[in-house]
Amino acid sequence: MAMEFRKDLFADERDDNLNEIGRPHIRQDILGHVTGRSPFYDDHLFDGLLHMRCVRSPHHHARVRSVDSTAAERMPGVVRVIRPSDIPVNMNTLLALLNFGRDDEPLLTPEKVAYKGEPILAILATTERAARDAVAQVTVDWEELPHVLDVEEALSPDAPMVNATYPNNTFDYHDRYDHQKLRFGNVEAGFADADHIVEGEYQMSPIEQAPMETCGAIAAPETNDRFVCYTSTQALFFSVAVAAKQTALPSSRLHFIGGTVGGGFGGKVDSHHEPLAILGALLTGRPVKYQWDRAEEMQVGAPRGAERWRIKDGVMRDGRIVAREFTGFFDAGAYTRLSSYAVQKCTGHIPGPYTIPNIASNVYCVFTNRTPSTAMRGFGITGVDFAIECHMDKVAEQAGVDPIELRILNAYRDGDMKAHRRAAKNCALIESCQVVADKAGWALGAEARAASSLREGGIGWRAEIPETVIDRAGEIGERKQTGLAPEPFAGAARRETVPAGTASEHPATGAVPQREDMVIEAERLGFKVATGTPGPTAPPPVPPATPPGVPVPYPNTGSGTSARTAPSPGPSLPAAMRSTSAPPSQPSGASAQPDRPGPAAPPAVEPPAPAGDQAQAGARPPRRPGVSRFISGPRGRR
Amino acid sequence: MKTPVTFTLNGSEAAAFADPGQNLLDLLRRGLGDLSPKYGCGQGTCGTCTVLIDGEPHLSCLVLAEAAQDRRIETAGGLADGPDLHPLQTAFVEGFAAQCGYCTPGMLLAAKALLDRNPTPTRDEVIEAISGNLCRCTGYEPIIEAILTASRAPNRAPNRAPGRTNGRAG
Repeated sequence: MAMEFRKDLFADERDDNLNEIGRPHIRQDILGHVTGRSPFYDDHLFDGLLHMRCVRSPHHHARVRSVDSTAAERMPGVVRVIRPSDIPVNMNTLLALLNFGRDDEPLLTPEKVAYKGEPILAILATTERAARDAVAQVTVDWEELPHVLDVEEALSPDAPMVNATYPNNTFDYHDRYDHQKLRFGNVEAGFADADHIVEGEYQMSPIEQAPMETCGAIAAPETNDRFVCYTSTQALFFSVAVAAKQTALPSSRLHFIGGTVGGGFGGKVDSHHEPLAILGALLTGRPVKYQWDRAEEMQVGAPRGAERWRIKDGVMRDGRIVAREFTGFFDAGAYTRLSSYAVQKCTGHIPGPYTIPNIASNVYCVFTNRTPSTAMRGFGITGVDFAIECHMDKVAEQAGVDPIELRILNAYRDGDMKAHRRAAKNCALIESCQVVADKAGWALGAEARAASSLREGGIGWRAEIPETVIDRAGEIGERKQTGLAPEPFAGAARRETVPAGTASEHPATGAVPQREDMVIEAERLGFKVATGTPGPTAPPPVPPATPPGVPVPYPNTGSGTSARTAPSPGPSLPAAMRSTSAPPSQPSGASAQPDRPGPAAPPAVEPPAPAGDQAQAGARPPRRPGVSRFISGPRGRR
Repeated sequence: MKTPVTFTLNGSEAAAFADPGQNLLDLLRRGLGDLSPKYGCGQGTCGTCTVLIDGEPHLSCLVLAEAAQDRRIETAGGLADGPDLHPLQTAFVEGFAAQCGYCTPGMLLAAKALLDRNPTPTRDEVIEAISGNLCRCTGYEPIIEAILTASRAPNRAPNRAPGRTNGRAG
């Protein structure tokens, strides 16, 4: 089979001779490994090295009433105590570098801890033993607070507030939305047409990266007024920037040396050791090592986050999946770290490697009083893939179809339109399934055996972007109900973009996360949209006519065009949200929609309809046939 | 109060002062500058700190430094003879038996203790010998294969350090 390489960017930099599988290679760093000379961060010796240990919370959720470290400071060998007030910039979020999210996590926590093991004080001593003994002498007056350890319990209105920066216990996307949403086609119409409905719930636990080398860093003053920092980090430039921010030193004074990592797997990106070690060196003028022991690595080290998934499939008798709906809860733990990004990543992966014409998903990034979660090997993908593939087996069982044939039947073929409005390229799931079946001695039917990723893809409905189901407001899906935002933030909102690294006291960060009407960012979508909600006179969207000669989209929805343009509630709201307040007040006459085709929208999707927006709503440009209005960015407007 | 400790380290006489409660791992690394044994857990569960004491593998994080008095200690740093790698090292290099390299010194010493005692181990004996050493990267297969390869090396005499070799290990 001819192989196609993506070479448009680096055409002159690499030859295509990649036949390396099965040929022995010698790693360039392995001589150092087998002789014990590879320089891991801890393999640098310093005279006068100080050891740092942290005082940590024994509770999942607690307020610090007072800290008494006088006895610890008198212990032999203790050189310095670092308090939260000693840290120039105590608040940070890892992705502040990308202007993504608010500063929500202190390096050392001054008032309220939100997970077991959260550090509140650091002690520097001449030996590790002395530092440990001193930590044990610190007395903390804790006021234990109610905690929440389950993602869905955390979404209930009476759940304790885990992280004051995100008072609803959800990460706020674009400071407005409490979840990530994906819509493609109309799942309700798909379910109505399906022969089987297959539902399942899947739960994945947190997974510790467990590198053989625990996380750590050594920092020391250099002669040129800089600080050298040897670190186990996987993300050297993340760590440099975070350290520069939190120590308030220009990065030109930070000399970072890394690159030899004793196993990372994602767990060494969080950059907590480097700023504390540098701060210790800054405050004492001596070399400082901050190294987790194994117990800390397991308890405090951020794992792959737990995920809970509910999947509902509409399946035809032959095994064709015609609609798939997801509700996902991603357990971020107490602070954001990289979980916000993981949710975007898994939303981008939905619905798995399958061509399904109707897809809807709502995924929540939820804060709980568990250890913050972070990167680990394909995070954001692995958990949802686990759910998807478990569910595929369940579908196969319920539909009475061979599980491998089911996957081949539904697999992406080259040219198929994915739910993200990109054509699938270089697909190989079918061929992989065939090889797996061969190796396992699994008999495949003739049709599955003859299938190919190169054929039948991108034809007719498989290449189309279906009209996305929207409601009268020109929006997709249901609204978040009010009543979840507890004081002190409720209603104190101003709406604006929050600059990178914004501290939580910034007025904009007190925003209610999502407006009831969930206004779309018009400039990103490339068309003018009503700032409020259009009134009842807004014309219903016109479904595109099927061009002649193109096969009828599969499945034929049967319920006609009205079903395709009817509002879809999408995945169900978490039970906690459903059970909260009443839906927003209905405008008079809103329930009577004479010009509204299809079934009436459930109350939850009815937005409030302030008057005076009809003109704007009516002035919307006509829809491009077959192209969703919800394509964002310049690619959607070409 | 510090205690003077003397022992043989990789064939040479070594002496250091041990702090009360100091373990052998810390004494080797900070006291004597032999950084080849690694700290992995401090609890005797991971095997990265493995050293040979009188030819037997021991977890140096659980051995009090004073206990090394008059003993013969071997570390991964002493396996090679100048530029000449030990056959185990050669087999690890050629068999891609390391990825991050953090467990490698402990693995090599556990394997050396086995081969010194039993020059022709079975696969099961190899697995048993490294059962106290954890690896999180490469999987254990290339490591087991490399140890078996080393056991079959002619005379198991030290080899020259490999350059770019065409030989296929494992």
